[in-house]
Amino acid sequence: MPRLTSVRDLQDMRRVLAEGGDPTGPGTPTIAVCAGTGCLALGARKVINAFKEELKRRGLSGDVPLKETGCPGFCEKGPIVVIYPEGVHYVKVSAEDVPKIIEETVIKKRLIDRLLYVDPVSGARGVHQEDIPFYKHQTRFLIDNNIKINPKGIADYIALGGYQALARALSSMTPQDVIEEVKRSRLRGRGGGGFPTGLKWEAARGAPGSPKYVIVNCDEGDPGAFMDRALMEGNPHSVLEGLLIGAYAIGAQEGFIYVRAEYPLAVENARASIIQAREHGLLGEGILGSGFNFDVNLHRGAGAFVSGESTALMNALEGKVGEPKPKYVHTSEVGLWNRPSLLNNVETWANIPLIINRGAEWFSSIGTERSKGTKIFSLVGKVNNTGLVEVPMGMTLREIIFDIGGGIPGGKQVKGVQTGGPSGGIIPEEHLGTPVDFDELTSLGSMMGSGSIIVLDEDTCAVDLARYFVDFLCDESCGKCVPCREGLRQMREILNEIVAGRGKEEDLKALREIAGLMKAASLCALGRTAANPVLSTLRHFEEEYLAHIRDQRCPALVCERLVSYFIRPERCIACGRCRENCPQGAISEGELTEEGRDPFMVIDQSRCSRCGICFHVCPSKVGAVVRVSERSSDPSFGTCDQEGFGR
Amino acid sequence: MDAADLERVDEIIDRYRGQEGFLIQLLLDLQSELNWIPREVISHLSDKLRVPTSQIYRIASFYKVINLNPVGRHVIQVCMGTACQVRGAHKVLDFTASRLKIKPEETTSDLSFSLKKVNCLGCCSMGPVMTVDDHYHGSVTLEGAEKILKNLR
Repeated sequence: MPRLTSVRDLQDMRRVLAEGGDPTGPGTPTIAVCAGTGCLALGARKVINAFKEELKRRGLSGDVPLKETGCPGFCEKGPIVVIYPEGVHYVKVSAEDVPKIIEETVIKKRLIDRLLYVDPVSGARGVHQEDIPFYKHQTRFLIDNNIKINPKGIADYIALGGYQALARALSSMTPQDVIEEVKRSRLRGRGGGGFPTGLKWEAARGAPGSPKYVIVNCDEGDPGAFMDRALMEGNPHSVLEGLLIGAYAIGAQEGFIYVRAEYPLAVENARASIIQAREHGLLGEGILGSGFNFDVNLHRGAGAFVSGESTALMNALEGKVGEPKPKYVHTSEVGLWNRPSLLNNVETWANIPLIINRGAEWFSSIGTERSKGTKIFSLVGKVNNTGLVEVPMGMTLREIIFDIGGGIPGGKQVKGVQTGGPSGGIIPEEHLGTPVDFDELTSLGSMMGSGSIIVLDEDTCAVDLARYFVDFLCDESCGKCVPCREGLRQMREILNEIVAGRGKEEDLKALREIAGLMKAASLCALGRTAANPVLSTLRHFEEEYLAHIRDQRCPALVCERLVSYFIRPERCIACGRCRENCPQGAISEGELTEEGRDPFMVIDQSRCSRCGICFHVCPSKVGAVVRVSERSSDPSFGTCDQEGFGR
Repeated sequence: MDAADLERVDEIIDRYRGQEGFLIQLLLDLQSELNWIPREVISHLSDKLRVPTSQIYRIASFYKVINLNPVGRHVIQVCMGTACQVRGAHKVLDFTASRLKIKPEETTSDLSFSLKKVNCLGCCSMGPVMTVDDHYHGSVTLEGAEKILKNLR
C-alpha cells in the first residue's frame, strides 16, 4: 500500500493508475455493474456473481476486470451494467443475460438490442448514457463518476483526479484563500437551509476556541431523498476530500461522518474510505507532506429524523439523545462539545473539490442569480424515469419531470409535485414552469429541502398527503418544545376528522392558526417548517379540503372513509382472491338469481372496512372492483359505468 | 442472560474504553450481537459505565433502531417514505400486518416475525419497498408481498 507523503507521490500514483497499470483503472476494458442499494434490490448481486462465474469459466478473469460501482441514478431501469471502454449502457440486466453480454458485447463488440434503453416516446434505442434522455438533459458533475468508481477502493477515485483539490489547497492555498474561493463560488448548503457555505466556514474559522470540528451530515431523513446515500455509497472519497479541505480551511484536526442507521451500505463504504485514506496517508499526521493533521470518526445514527438537525446531530455525536438545542449561538461558534463546529451536508461537501479544482468563477457561472451550481434531485413518485437527476439550478420542474423523467405513467395527469420533504410543500401543476432554486420554491410555499421531487398524479389526495406528513412528523417530533409537539397532534386530530368526512369549515381556520403559531414559536427548523405541507395544500388545493368537508367526498378516491368499494358482477370471474384477502371477511359469492349466470363476488357493505385490499388484489386485467366517492352514494350495479369510478 | 453472554457484552464495552460519547454506538454494537437490548444488559451497562439506568433508557427508547423487546427471527420492514406512500406503501403495510396477524412494530408470539415501519430507506425510485432481514424488495405489490411472506414460512 503506497503511503503518499507528498503531492508528487499523489501525482505519480495517479499517472500510474491512469496509464492502466492498475486493473481497476477506468480507462481499461471493464464491466461496471451498479452495486448501489437500488440495483442490489433489483438483483444486481446475482448479476455480479454471474459475471464472476462466466469470466472465470472463459478464463477471462484477469483480462476483463469486473467492477462493482456506485449508483448512477437511473434506479428505475436497474440493474445497470456499463461495458467500457465503449461505454455501452445496458438496463434491466438479469443473471441470464450475462453469458450473452460477454460473448457478444465484451468479446465481439456487438450490441444486444434487447438490453438497451428504449425511449417510450420515440422508440429510439440509446447505446451510451448520452443517448438516453434521462441522462442527456442532466449536467452531471457530482454523480457522474459513480458508475466509473469502485467505491470500496481508493484507486479509481485517484485515477479520475481525486484528491487533486486537496493537494492544490495544501500546497498552494492558505486556509483563508480556500474560504475566499468557497465564498466567491456562492455555494449554498445543500441540506435544506440554503445558508451560504462560505460564510459558515468563515464563521467557524474566526470563532475562538479549540479544538474545532468538521462534520458530515449524512442523516438524510427527508423521505423521498436519497442523493446523499448515493454519494456516500458511490463516491465516498469525494465527500472525504471535501471534508479534508474544510478542516484545513477552518483549522480542525478531527472530523465526524454521521450516517443514518437505515443506510447500511453507506456506513460500510464510508468506513472503507476512511481506512483507505488512512493507509494512503490522506488522513493522519502531515497529510501529503504538509503540516496538516486530520482524522475522521464514523458515527452511526440510530433512527431519529430530528437528529438530522445540526444541533441535534451534535448531541447524538456526544452520545446523547439527538434532540435540538436552541440556536442562540451558531454551532459554527459553539457546537460539538461546545467547540466551534462546521457541519455541512454530504452534497455540500462533495461540491468543494469541484470548486477548488475548477475555480469559483466556473462554479458560479452555473445556476441562477442566487443559487449557484448543480443540484442533485431525487425524482420519484408517479413519474416514468425515477432516479437521481443532477441539473443546474434554475431548470424548471416541467423540464425535470417531462424531459428527464419522461412524464407520468399510465397516461395520467400530473397533479403537482411535493418538494422539500416534510418541511416542504406541494406545488400544483400550474406552477411547474417555475425554475427550481432555493428562493423560487420558497416563494411558492414549499422549499428546496434536500432535493426530493415527488411527482403526484390525479390519484393522490392533497388532504391525505398533508395528513401523511403531519402523521410522520408527529412520530418524529422529539417532543421537547410545546408548539411542535402539541401543534402537530392537534393538526393530526383535525386532519383525521376531515379525511373521515367529519370536518367542519372552521377547521381550516384552526389549521392556519396552529400553523402560524408553530412557525413562530417552535424551537428548531423541524417545528418551524412542520406546518408547510398543510399550509401549502390549503393554499393550492383548498377546494379539495372543501370537497371532503362539504360533500364528504374524496375527489382522488383515496380517503378510506369516503370511498366505497363495489364488485361489478359482469366483470368478476369469481377467482376468490378478494374473498381470500379481505381482512373483514366481508366478501362472499353472490346469489345466482338468473339461470346460466357466471358466479361472482359481492361485498357486504356493512362489514367492509374500506381498506381497499380487494381493489388492489383484483387482477388488473379483470378490474372488477371499483371504488366510488359520492355523497350518500348508493350506486346500484347498473350505474357502475358512470364517471367517478377510479380504475 | 448467562455469564458467557455478559462476557461478550464486556468485550464490546471494552472496544470503547477511553472514548467519549460512545453510548449510542455501544448500544448499536450490542444490538447487532444480541438482536435486542435486554433489561439485564442495561443494568449491567449502568454498573459498568457508572451511568444511571434512566439515562441509558432515555437514549435507548429515543432511537427507533434500538429494540427493547425481543425481535423475531425475520425482521420485515415496510418503507413509509413519501415516494413509497404515494405508490401505495400503506396498503402493503396493512396487508402484511393482516397476514402476519400483528400490528406494525409488533412481533409474532412464536418470535418468527417482527414487522416494522421505517421512514425512508432511500430506495425511493422503486417504491413501495419492503425489506426482509438484509434483502430489499422493490415495487412491491400485494401479490409480491404475499410471495415474499410465503417464501419465509
